[in-house]
Amino acid sequence: MTHKRNVKIASVVAFLAIVFIAVPAAISASGRIDLYYTLTSVALLSIGSAGVWLTFYIGRINIGQGAYALMGGYVSAVLVMNHGWSFWPTLPVAGLFCAAASVLIGLPILRLRGVYFAMVTLTLTEVARLLALALPITNGAKGIVSIPLPGALSIFGLTVIPDFAVLQNSRLAFYLLAVTVMVVCFAVMYRLVNSRIGKLCQSLQQNEELASSIGVNIAYLRVIAYAVSSFFGGVSGAIFAAISQSIYPSSFTVTDSVNFMLNCFLGGLGYVFGPMLGTLVLYFGWDLLFQTGQFQLLIYSGLMIVLMLVLPNGLLSLAEMTRKKG
Amino acid sequence: MAEMLEVSGLTKRFGGLVAVNNVSFSVREKEILSVIGPNGAGKSTLFKLISSFLRPTTGEVRLKGERISGLAPHIAARRGVVRTFQETTIFKNMSVRDNVVIAHHLRSKASLFGFFLGTGTAKADEAAFGASADEILELLGLSSLAEETARNLPHGHLRALGIAIGLATDPSILLLDEPFAGMNHDETMRMVAMVRRLRERGLTILLVEHDMPAVMRISDRIVVLNFGQKIAEGTPSEIQADDKVIEAYLGSEDEAIGL
Repeated sequence: MTHKRNVKIASVVAFLAIVFIAVPAAISASGRIDLYYTLTSVALLSIGSAGVWLTFYIGRINIGQGAYALMGGYVSAVLVMNHGWSFWPTLPVAGLFCAAASVLIGLPILRLRGVYFAMVTLTLTEVARLLALALPITNGAKGIVSIPLPGALSIFGLTVIPDFAVLQNSRLAFYLLAVTVMVVCFAVMYRLVNSRIGKLCQSLQQNEELASSIGVNIAYLRVIAYAVSSFFGGVSGAIFAAISQSIYPSSFTVTDSVNFMLNCFLGGLGYVFGPMLGTLVLYFGWDLLFQTGQFQLLIYSGLMIVLMLVLPNGLLSLAEMTRKKG
Repeated sequence: MAEMLEVSGLTKRFGGLVAVNNVSFSVREKEILSVIGPNGAGKSTLFKLISSFLRPTTGEVRLKGERISGLAPHIAARRGVVRTFQETTIFKNMSVRDNVVIAHHLRSKASLFGFFLGTGTAKADEAAFGASADEILELLGLSSLAEETARNLPHGHLRALGIAIGLATDPSILLLDEPFAGMNHDETMRMVAMVRRLRERGLTILLVEHDMPAVMRISDRIVVLNFGQKIAEGTPSEIQADDKVIEAYLGSEDEAIGL
């Protein structure tokens, strides 16, 4: 038991050392500053994917995370631009706003299962885009632009986070921000899944009727899981808006929603860290295939199909297979 | 003996079809009562009505005097009416032990948030659930299979696991939906013994069943349904001698009612 625990602690420390120390060091050594932006995107997308993964965990195929990412981006942007908020408080507010919205939306639609739920959530992304186009507060197709960079964050007069605008390397700052939020989100997910709540979610996924008959309040649990999922989506969207300093109705579309889902599939639906790995591989995989030009999409889709056939439980199931053999 | 469950004037209509028609009976404490009847007699509907998976058109079900019909299934389960399923309904991808541990959910004192934070109450709950699960697995002869993934279990053990899940919720009355279906003679006998053991532990049991010989062997009393109506109620020997019952099962009377 203690051995297992030590291995766990060691791997967490190693992971933190890689993302917070090794990666920035390697990037500054190689001078590939552009990689910061790529890795920041991966971190943010993996937060959104983590949310989708959680809805998979209660047995729902969620193709609507783009809607919440868009919503979160707009909430943060509107608060900063129209109400003069600093970026930092808008981050949790964007998450909570999305969570609250998802409770209202989730109450009716979470009764649906399988492909029906998937289809409704798919439409949700499109509805969010159309709303962003139509509502006065979102400024239509022009979107909200020139959002100021996040300012300094002080607690009791102590500057915890410096003003991003005066930093020489705001890319590094955004990278560290995204990775920190990612680490927190996955820590929360890990804890959720490994506590009783995870088992309850699994019971929903495997048999809702039986779960209900042993006294699980399935409607309540579904809504909670969906709200946490949407919170993640909103937070990732808000940071995206801050990085690109803009948000448009087309910032998150159906394609993004589908990608959030694919990230989960690719990483593995049975593993908490699946969405993180899936996002990394998918994002870089797509970029690497860029050189193949017009065949990019063809090769990409072909590879995805093969992967799903060969590894239906995702990339992380490879690790388990080798462990069992070894 | 006190009455545990009271079914009075229960009726369920599906459109023009009356699946259950004005059925009344009661189950006494620590009794094994079976509901039997030919195919389509309304047994399953009755079962769903009692476990609150369906809402009655008219009539009501009372547990220890409190009305439970019309509640959500998970609320009815919390009040103490817990059902097992006809088909082997379990959490297929969990271990046998996890299946039983999770079924203790009803008894948990800690909130969901408490479990997330890992509070003292939550840890105490976990420990108590584990111990109780082990005891239940022992009782139903599943101890050696505790770590096996549930979907790999053989048929007879699956049924036992279904009952273990029901037991873990600490019910006042356990509803067994066709516990002997698809079992061979030996398996049936083992199951009969198991159900008796449950009753010895103080459980009240209502079961819906096809297998007549097993029903005759196990039941204290029997309620017979035909075309949604109760046509007889009594001890196994009374039922075997009842003209209406024999008529309902006409054609295969001797074998079917275990004569």
